Amino acid sequence: MSAREKILSAVKGNKPELLPLQTWDWSRVETDVRDTFIKTLQGIGGTVSIVKDLQQVKQRVLEVHGDEKRIINRVASLDWKNSDKIEIENSTSMEKIEVAIIEGQIGVAENGAIWVPEDAMGNRALPFICQHLVIVLSINKIVPTMHQAYASIDVTANGFGVFIAGPSKTADIEQSLVIGAHGARSLAVFLLDS
Amino acid sequence: MDHSKAAEIFNKDKARTKWHDETLWMVREKRDKAAHSVPDWEKLREAASNIKSHTLSNLDEYLKTFEDKAKKNGITVHWAADAHDHNEIVYSIIRSNNIQKIVKSKSMLTEECHMNEFMASKGIDVIDTDLGERIVQFRKEHPSHIVMPAIHLKREDVGETFHQHLGTEKGATDPQYLTEAARQHLRDKFIASELAITGVNFAIAETGGFVVCTNEGNADMGAHLASIHIACMGIEKIIPKMEHLGVFLRLLARSATGQPITTYSSHFHKPRPNQQMHIVIVDNGRSVQLGRPDFRNSLKCIRCAACFNTCPVYRRSGGHSYHNAVAGPIGSILAPNLNMRENADLPFASTLCGSCTNVCPVKIDLHDQLWKWRQVLMKEGYGSLSKKTGMKMMTTVLSNPGIYNFMGKLGRGVLRTIPWIAKSKMLNPWYKHREMPVARGSFKEWYVGRRGNR
Repeated sequence: MSAREKILSAVKGNKPELLPLQTWDWSRVETDVRDTFIKTLQGIGGTVSIVKDLQQVKQRVLEVHGDEKRIINRVASLDWKNSDKIEIENSTSMEKIEVAIIEGQIGVAENGAIWVPEDAMGNRALPFICQHLVIVLSINKIVPTMHQAYASIDVTANGFGVFIAGPSKTADIEQSLVIGAHGARSLAVFLLDS
Repeated sequence: MDHSKAAEIFNKDKARTKWHDETLWMVREKRDKAAHSVPDWEKLREAASNIKSHTLSNLDEYLKTFEDKAKKNGITVHWAADAHDHNEIVYSIIRSNNIQKIVKSKSMLTEECHMNEFMASKGIDVIDTDLGERIVQFRKEHPSHIVMPAIHLKREDVGETFHQHLGTEKGATDPQYLTEAARQHLRDKFIASELAITGVNFAIAETGGFVVCTNEGNADMGAHLASIHIACMGIEKIIPKMEHLGVFLRLLARSATGQPITTYSSHFHKPRPNQQMHIVIVDNGRSVQLGRPDFRNSLKCIRCAACFNTCPVYRRSGGHSYHNAVAGPIGSILAPNLNMRENADLPFASTLCGSCTNVCPVKIDLHDQLWKWRQVLMKEGYGSLSKKTGMKMMTTVLSNPGIYNFMGKLGRGVLRTIPWIAKSKMLNPWYKHREMPVARGSFKEWYVGRRGNR
């Protein structure tokens, strides 16, 4: 008997009688999801700004990071000339990316997380390997909790997708918080309110 | 070495024990703050418990659905009956692809299977990439906590370890500086890696995908850069539907560290073009535990470690005292299922205070199960001789009023006349961390005397 059959028959023989799966109503009246989102995201180490258009995003990113050569933009409607020096399929080349600008699909007020599907990244490694991450999110796409988030995304639409909540961090040395573990050292979120 | 002996050694460093105790309690307090800020908290716990209980009652069907969907997504699914099977499967993927460079993110299952040791015996080096796990790997130790693997170490220890292995400055202890050194060191490993091993937090039957949660981003750096990704999961990681992730992701990080959610909650459904994606589904005793009505609830665990952080015994004895991949109250329930003889001491490493049960996000009746394991272990003959004789003596004393009264008098007499016997830490282990009472008389004597005065 294969391991598969062995496991499945042991599970079948040992499982308890079928217990019903309940359903729950998670709807909630939320007064100010934008405010909660901003405060929560700031609380977990992200920065948030509200902008009127993408031009403002470009201006701010260049102000902070200067050199355009090491910045990769994946927001289609943002006017940007990506450097041809970075090959997005090559790890060694990608490691040189200073900043990545990507578009988020849904923001979650209760925890500051933003859903980013693979299509918005180009390469799955991009939001992790870049030194600094910039996410552009429409201010109208913020929902109160994870329940509403899952109701409005399709996790199977792409082969990969991720909720990103703040910059990468660790507290593995004496529980002392350090921002910038293996992923991006900073996360700047621009809420687009056009 | 059994838990109490190992704990005694841990306790010798009083300052460190105090620090360990207080630091974990601080994490528990963060958890409380996070939990109390969610109005739906108790409802979420109810829901999580129901989803897991339901899933366990239909687990074989959900496993089949998951396998089917995962295969359709282009993922190769393997089944491992035990730890050895698991290690052999991972090894065969490594060998058939002629792989040299392997990175791994945190997976308690691979710890449980002693995979790193197995690979080392085959001459294969697996690089742990979670910062805490890398620290303990350098030191040839094991994680002492499932969420904070190096919580038993102080910054001076880490500084010395990194000085030896990464060439950081001698005596440097700044966590920021040490973390940066690890970042640089591991970035090189990620970029060179050919194969990445990760754990699985949740596997979704409905979609055939799985979710991995990290704060550091190491699972993603590994999985997205390597050309082969192997995700290892226990059979109990299944949840029926995507929408159930809403419940579990709201509970997990809040229970674990008090964060509203981990930095990255990564949803894997299909391999990249030209990438191989494998899932190894492991039983290793879980189906046996499923058949134990008193203990099957332990399979609901989502590995948040809230029960560790709140446990007065864990906080004061350290994770290594539990001699099991998963320590703490949940580990003490899971371990005897794997090996009763070797882990018979663990269900006794508890005060049965019930705090673990109160904080568990999936409502496992932890302290009840610890108490039930004690009964099973004594019945099966795995109790220590001192416990057996002690229990027998107590039975005789407590079931015979004459002996009971005599023993009470004798005890008080000893305390009065030759107190050094009661205050000898060798003869009376109870005295080690406690003061002995002043013995005036028994409650019974007091009560009888009081009635006589009326």
